[in-house]
Amino acid sequence: MCIAVPGRVTGIDDLNMATVDFGGTEKVASADLVPDICVGDYVLVHAGFIINVLDEEDALETLELFRQYMETLQDDEVP
Amino acid sequence: MMKYLDEFRDPGVATALVGRIRDAASRLDRPVKLMEICGSHTVAIFRTGIKSLLPENITLVSGPGCPVCVTAMDDMDRMIALADPAVGGKSIIATFGDMLRVPGTWTSLESRRAEGADVRVTTTPLDAVQWAREEPGRPVVFLGVGFETTSPTIAASVLRARQSGLDNFTVYPAFKLLPPALTALLEAPDVALDGFLCPGHVSVMLGAAAYRPFASRYGKPCVIAGFEPLDILHGISMLCDMLADNLHEVRNSYGRAVTQQGNTKAMETLMEVFEPCDTPWRGLGIIPGSGLSFRGEFADFDAVRRFGLSSVPVGTEPAGCACGQVLRGNMDPPQCPLFASACTPESPVGSCMVSSEGSCAAWYRYST
Ligand code: SF4
Repeated sequence: MCIAVPGRVTGIDDLNMATVDFGGTEKVASADLVPDICVGDYVLVHAGFIINVLDEEDALETLELFRQYMETLQDDEVP
Repeated sequence: MMKYLDEFRDPGVATALVGRIRDAASRLDRPVKLMEICGSHTVAIFRTGIKSLLPENITLVSGPGCPVCVTAMDDMDRMIALADPAVGGKSIIATFGDMLRVPGTWTSLESRRAEGADVRVTTTPLDAVQWAREEPGRPVVFLGVGFETTSPTIAASVLRARQSGLDNFTVYPAFKLLPPALTALLEAPDVALDGFLCPGHVSVMLGAAAYRPFASRYGKPCVIAGFEPLDILHGISMLCDMLADNLHEVRNSYGRAVTQQGNTKAMETLMEVFEPCDTPWRGLGIIPGSGLSFRGEFADFDAVRRFGLSSVPVGTEPAGCACGQVLRGNMDPPQCPLFASACTPESPVGSCMVSSEGSCAAWYRYST
């Protein structure tokens, strides 16, 4: 029940409701639980509310770590 | 390509991570038992078949992290009673879908709905606020289940209802706080766990720092993980590394979503409307400070106070259901005598078989 889905903010209205694009489907979500949201931010949405802004730099760091793990694996496999 | 999803599903990386888990496992001097606390992790672990990829000395057990599963029978009975016109009047009962089929002592919300009660399923409490706005003459009761991920969204909905001057929007507060439950598990004499895979989205709100006592005071390594296959494997790999090296720290493998301090605005919103209270959990008994009740100034939004539910008789847990042992990670569902015989997703006996995130339902769906 704690599933939250990543999407990109495409607009925010006067009532603090944001439009979020989930890979082509747009939905409205409240921005009441986050301090400041900008159009273009990637966010997680749960139960109709934006719960945070995703940190792109950190995501890239994790993916870089994964790439290194893969390389180590491939090196190990070389006889 | 879905950003933040597809990159975390790469099969090549998964193989590399499984290799790292095996390496760490070979350095362990004993079998270890890790608990994935969150029901959404349980489902993802079963769906991706991660259990079958783990070395023999690493066991994953599910914890008490499915909010529907841990809802006490008394709360269930009282929420169902609200759909009875004699108790709730002509209320609109608004709920997350998973609650619909949970059996109470006598009946379920689904049966009440079939009998004519206005029970509406939604994915957001904001819908319930909207229904209250559309029908000012009728009380709307939102059934408030959930952990720290969900409860702030309901607190924020209460604030929106107050701002709009609505006097017919109420919430039945059956929320649960996660850290007190972990403390209770670790204090229980019959529970033996070596580490925790901590829930990604509860942690978005709580922050990684919330787990420090479990690492420092109880010596259990904790890793916060997201819900994609690579997130989960990475989390397990980090836990095994710490156990192999005899470390007990809090590590965060979900840094793209979880910070040290969490979402302070959400937690402040939650604590503006509610305050911690003692509350019963299915299978775990009353855990001090693990529930939420309305603060005095929000008492008008409290369905319990509005509808005077003390007349609802005390219910009983279904005979033979081992949900309590399952929720503490002491028993795998197939060890329950009712599993897949008297108890199936079509005709569930206990809540762990009803909720799509329940451990019994996940075992039934993916392992039978
Ligand atoms: S299989 Fe059914 S009866 Fe047994 S513990 Fe699970 S929910 Fe309860």
